[in-house]
This record gives sequence, structure tokens and C-alpha cells, in this order.
Amino acid sequence: MTLSASRVSWSAGGVDILKEVSLTVETGEFLGIIGPNGSGKTSLMSLISGIRKPKRGEVLLDGFPIGTLGRRTVAQRLALVEQQAETGERITARQAVELGRTPYLGTLSPWSPEDDEIVEAALENVDMAHLADRLWHTLSGGERQRLHIARALAQQSKILLLDEPTNHLDIGHQISLLDLVRRQDLTVVAALHDLNHAAMFCDRIAVMQAGRLVALGRPREVLTVERIRTVFGIEVEVEHDFDGSCSIRYRARRPRPLAAIAAAGV
Amino acid sequence: MSRVLTQAGRTGTGRVGAALAALVILFAALWMGAAIGETAIPFKTVAQTVANRLWNAGYPLAPIDEGIIWSYRLSRAVVAASCGAALALSGAVLQSLLRNPLADPYILGISAGASTGAVSVAILGVGAGMLTLPLGAFIGALVAFVLVSLLAVKAGRGTAAIILAGVAGSQLFNALTSFIVTKAATAEQARGIMFWLLGNLSGVRWPDAWLAVPATLLGLVVCLWHARPLDAFTFGSESAASLGISVRRTYFALVGVSAMMTAVMVSIVGSIGFVGLVIPHAARMLVGVRHGVLLPAAALIGAVFMILADILSRVLIPGQVLPIGVITALVGAPAFALILGQRRDRA
Repeated sequence: MTLSASRVSWSAGGVDILKEVSLTVETGEFLGIIGPNGSGKTSLMSLISGIRKPKRGEVLLDGFPIGTLGRRTVAQRLALVEQQAETGERITARQAVELGRTPYLGTLSPWSPEDDEIVEAALENVDMAHLADRLWHTLSGGERQRLHIARALAQQSKILLLDEPTNHLDIGHQISLLDLVRRQDLTVVAALHDLNHAAMFCDRIAVMQAGRLVALGRPREVLTVERIRTVFGIEVEVEHDFDGSCSIRYRARRPRPLAAIAAAGV
Repeated sequence: MSRVLTQAGRTGTGRVGAALAALVILFAALWMGAAIGETAIPFKTVAQTVANRLWNAGYPLAPIDEGIIWSYRLSRAVVAASCGAALALSGAVLQSLLRNPLADPYILGISAGASTGAVSVAILGVGAGMLTLPLGAFIGALVAFVLVSLLAVKAGRGTAAIILAGVAGSQLFNALTSFIVTKAATAEQARGIMFWLLGNLSGVRWPDAWLAVPATLLGLVVCLWHARPLDAFTFGSESAASLGISVRRTYFALVGVSAMMTAVMVSIVGSIGFVGLVIPHAARMLVGVRHGVLLPAAALIGAVFMILADILSRVLIPGQVLPIGVITALVGAPAFALILGQRRDRA
């Protein structure tokens, strides 16, 4: 299972959103995509998932242009978890996960006991089996996101694409969700907001800026003080641990001006 | 209960049993539609009439009873049933595709567009004899849907945007219809058309049934064929695409078949509101959200509901027949209000 993008570009409404991005996803790795809002992370995810067609360049899945493979084949090979997909239907947690079997079910082929087993296993994997019969709208944001992961697992694809999966979750749920994804024996591509999460969980990190890929490599190579300053416009300190990992501490851009301190003191 | 029913819908024997039960309910409703009316006719006479007509059974019956049952009430009940089923299916499909609990052919202006198309053919003679009334209605329905969709996209795609675009579309096409009728129709024609526009089963005979029933069956098959793709739309069209559904093909097939069913029904009985809106919600409450079970359930409930509404329209005021659209609106409008209220609770 290989996934790569070669010189893909995409624009919407006359605005270039992605410019000649090339990227090869290594089998079994956890690849993080970071970058400021509007840098093209979500667009890149929808191109490499095959949902949108690039204006130029191509995305290859197992050596074939992804547009030529057919949606069902693609869905059997890669699963996508979008940002906070919601529904107003009175659907149960289990039914949400059962949707993951869609790429394997024909119009006339019936649901089989094997499908039930796969769904059950996916629910247990994300620790949601005990809530399987609860209705969707009664579940918390963290629980819903776990179910989206379970749906993707039920899809039994080898590649998992996650678009900002931890948005709107509290820090405990953010870490446990990424931990859950990391535990799977899958190739993962995840657009992430938090640089420390990227540093903690990713094997490699791709940095997007204004529609271009500006860096790609191991966290300690990519997450440097200078790069974070130019891409995100913030001052940080990067600490390197002896085991090769790194963590980032954010600093206020500059000390508060004296005038402001004086004004506050009055 | 919904879990039991959906599980039953998955096994082969469960499906056959459910289908048989549905047929029994449907035939019982048709039987009632033929027996109940201004002059009550015994159920036995209804059965004998059907036997006489279908198998030449030769039961001695009063010709007037037999005539009322066969030529008048039974054809009317059959058309009412297919109309209810078709509108409920269209509503269920549109609600799931657009992920909008308020979507239905009437509210989205599709019925109004179909009316305009039908009137253009009937009164203006558009198409110079090449277009039949149902075909004119179909073209009108598609034009209305495209127009309303474009407007909804301009207005921001939200739930409210689609509904408001539908309101604007309905108003526009109703105005066009009125304009055409006022300008070109004779007084006699105008009265007939205004009555028809409210939704009316009075003039319905067997030839109408031979159009309505196949249209509904075709619609049912196409919708059922797309039951799993519709399930996949639960979390939106991008999610459906990532589950392996070809979104565009599904849209075209289902919107097309909804417009077709709406157009055929409008060309026969006029535009009837609220059935497509309310019945799918009732079906969801009973059997859950899985479309393989939901769609046939909605079709059955819609069919039975319309037969009952038709009976009511004939017996409510002695000596008078109410337009059936009046009955469905009287039941449907409060239900619409309830759905609106529920949405607020959840949001």
C-alpha cells in the first residue's frame, strides 16, 4: 500500500490553494501535516483521499492515479476521518460504525455475521463497545470522534487519513485519541494543529505554508526555532530530550511595552 | 423496537415476512377505500366485485354497486396509494440526500414547478402536442429543482437556505401558474385547474392508475437500489464519498427519480403538500434510520395514509368532497410545526 502525491495543485474561486505539492507516504509511518489556518492542510487531505481531483499533478495509490481506481476500491484501501462530521439522524453508535462496511457491501449482498464481528472488534478497539446502543446525539465530542475512528477501522483499509481529528476535544481526549490511532498497525496521515502533539506522535512531519510544502522530515529536524518563527510567526524554545524527541515551549512575542505596564499601574 | 425491526429486515425470512405483512396492510387499506363512502358498501360486495372483474367469477351484484366500486372507488384508492407512496419516498430520499429534515417536494418547490409545467402543456399548448401532461410536469419539476438548488447554493447551502430557496421557488412557480391560468384559460378551465391545484382525486379513473402505479414501482426500485448509498450520506456527501459512494451519480439518480414521481403525481392529482414531509419522519420513528427498511416503510405508510385521507375527504362533509390537499395540510401542518420545534430542542 503506497500513497504519494506528485506536484499536485488545486485552486478554488480563482485562488491557488495548493501549489505543486509532492509527498510520499511511507508504509507504516505516522505522518503529520502542520501549518497555519488556510495553509492548505485540509485541501491536501481531500486531494490525497481522492475526494477532490487535483487541477494539476496526480495522486498515486499503489501506483495507479487515484481517480482511475473507482471510489469503492479507494475506500477499501484508505479511510478518511473528516473534521467533526455530524448528523441530525437518530442513529446509534453501532450504526455509525456499521457505515464503515459500505465499501464491501453490494446492492444485493446481505449483511453477514462477519460484518457484525468486524464492527464489534472496531467498537472494542476504540473502547466504545459499552456505549454501542447509545444514540449519536447523546454522546460527547470525544466519544463521537472515537466512533469515527472505529468506522474507519471497520473499513479495514491499510491507510488512515485524519483531518484535525482532535479539534474541540479537551487535552485528555486529544492525547488518548492520538494514542489510540498510534496503537493501530496502520499507515496514518494526520493534519494536526498542536506542534507538541505532532512532535510526540509523528514519525515524520510535513510543514505547509501558503499552499506549499516547505519542510518534510523527522520532528527534531523540522521543528526548529527559525522555521516555526517563519511559518507560524511565533517565538518558541525547542527542547531536545536525550531519547531524540523534542518539545516546544511557546513564548510571548515580545515583552509587554513599558507604556502598557505603566498604564495598567495607574 | 426499532432495533428488532432493523435486525428482522436483514435476515431473508424476516424480509419475506415483512413484505407479506406490508402487502396485507396495503390490501386492507384498498379494501376500506372501496367500501367506505357516502353509500357504505359491504366488504363482501367489494371482494365479489374484484372477483367478477378480474376472474369473471359471476357473482350476481347490483350493477350500480359494482360500478361505484370498480370504476370509481377502487381506481381512486389505487391512485391515492401510489401517490402517497411516491410522495413519501421522494420526501425520504430528499431529506437524506440534502440532510435536511424539512425537505420534501412540496416545500422545495418541485410540486409548484411541476404544476407550472403541466399547466403550460394543458393550457398554452407548449410542445405542440409532442409533450404529454406528465412529461411537461416532469420538465417543470426539474427546472424548479435546478433553480431552487442554485438559489440555495448562493444563499449558503444551510438548512434554512434550502428551505427559503424553496419558498421563493414555490412562490415564483405558483405565480407563473396563476398568470398562465388567468391569461389563457376559459372560466370553465380556470375553475377546474384551481380545484386540481389544491390536490384532488375526484376525476381519477383506471388509465390514471396505469400511469401512477408503474411510476411508483419504478421509483421504489430505484430508491431501494440506492439504500446503502443513502445510509452512507448520514455524515454528509464527503463522508459518503470516502465510504466509496459515487456521490454525483447517486444525486442524479435519486433527484431524477424523485422529480419523476412528483411530476407524475402532480399531473394526475395536483400538488398535495406535507405527505412527503411528515410520513418519512413517522417511518423513522417506527423502524429507524436504515434506508433498506425505512424506504419501504415510508412508502407503505404514505400509501395507507393517503387512502385514509381520501376516505376522510369524502365522508367529512356529507354530500361534499373536500380536496384531499386540504386534509393532508390539516394533518401535516401541525406535524411540520412539531418537527420544527424538535429541531430547536436539539440545536
